Amino acid sequence: MAETPQQGELSEALEQQAHGQHGDVFPPFDQTHFASQILWLAISFGLLYYLVSKVALPRVAGILEDRHDRIAWDLSEAERLKQESDDAVAAYEKALAEARDKAHAIARESHSRISAEVAAKRHDVEAGLAAKLATAEQRIGTIKADALAQVGDIASEATGAIVSTLVETEVSKDEIDGAVSAALAR
Amino acid sequence: MATADKVDPVHQFIVNDLIPLGRVADMKLAFQNSSLFMFVAVALIIGFLLIGTRARKLVPGRMQSVVEMLYEFMAGTVRQVLGEEGMKFFPFVFSLFTFILALNLLGMVPYFFTVTSQIVVTASLALLVIFTVIIVGFVKNGIGFVKLFVPHGVPMVLLPLISLIEIISFFARPVSLSLRLFGNMLAGHIVLKVFAGFIGTLGAFGFFGVLGAIAPFLMTIAITALEFLVAFLQAFVFAVLTCVYLKDALHPHH
Repeated sequence: MAETPQQGELSEALEQQAHGQHGDVFPPFDQTHFASQILWLAISFGLLYYLVSKVALPRVAGILEDRHDRIAWDLSEAERLKQESDDAVAAYEKALAEARDKAHAIARESHSRISAEVAAKRHDVEAGLAAKLATAEQRIGTIKADALAQVGDIASEATGAIVSTLVETEVSKDEIDGAVSAALAR
Repeated sequence: MATADKVDPVHQFIVNDLIPLGRVADMKLAFQNSSLFMFVAVALIIGFLLIGTRARKLVPGRMQSVVEMLYEFMAGTVRQVLGEEGMKFFPFVFSLFTFILALNLLGMVPYFFTVTSQIVVTASLALLVIFTVIIVGFVKNGIGFVKLFVPHGVPMVLLPLISLIEIISFFARPVSLSLRLFGNMLAGHIVLKVFAGFIGTLGAFGFFGVLGAIAPFLMTIAITALEFLVAFLQAFVFAVLTCVYLKDALHPHH
């Protein structure tokens, strides 16, 4: 449509008037403003998309990723420390068991050594005692034999003294000895 | 005129030219109130994301927690629907979600313009999604993308019919996607305005009028709460459906 500028302005003015009254057109369906709306929508939404995709979302994603990494690192660190303490506990228990075994071995070994020593000593002592007993018995034997040997002499003397007191005669020593030994022999 | 504005529930959707930029090829271009709110939304989103994360704390503060929650919520949604390979669309879906959510919520502020109540805006966003799906589908699968319209295991006799239905349903997607958001926001704001208008109208009728205005007042409160829910829900629905449609582009086999 070939419009002169005046006509264009006139129609615009009429449009504006129609705007003010919006009598015949429901405002959302008024096509006169569609082009501008689409233009500004494209610009504003394009701007929003650019800023959101290039600046805002990478920033939020970065924060979330940092936190995720940090949590993962903390968890792995905790896992590592737990592993370490578990290892330490295991090592401690192993050492404890070893020490206990060692102590048992030492106790058993010293027990057997001491009991062997004791047995040996007792054996020595018993042997010494047996030897002493033997010598003592031997001595008792000799003393007893000596004593028995002296019994004849004493008996002879006592017989001589009794005889001389009873019969007031001197009996010869030989006779008395003979009588005594005969009596003893009986 | 002021009272007429108040009771007119459609007045809030009028697009005003703030800075006329002249004509290009018979089209009038201008920086409009809707344009202003688009940039306010972009500034709010970027400001929120960057200020929230400026400390980059290992243990997040309050605002950083919200930013991270938003990120993980959307990342979880995208990952759930599209899988790990679909994460390259995460910035796109995230932008769509935050943009629509911000525009919806800005619309809840009294006297603020609701950009998502403009069919041209929601339709443009829906077409952006569907063109992305078509382009990604053909780039990724080549001509194999048309298998999307040929369901597996359908008898040869039924195949033309089924394919026709599949094609129609595919091209109905941008329509439903744009109309859902547009309709929800438009209807919600009209209803809100109508009930709020009742308060003023009834309040003008003396004591009993004020008494009678309590009912629409409570209604307005309830609808306002509902609209906040709708604002979030519609943004989420738009984002999830975008994911679902993108899934077809990645895996056209049913």
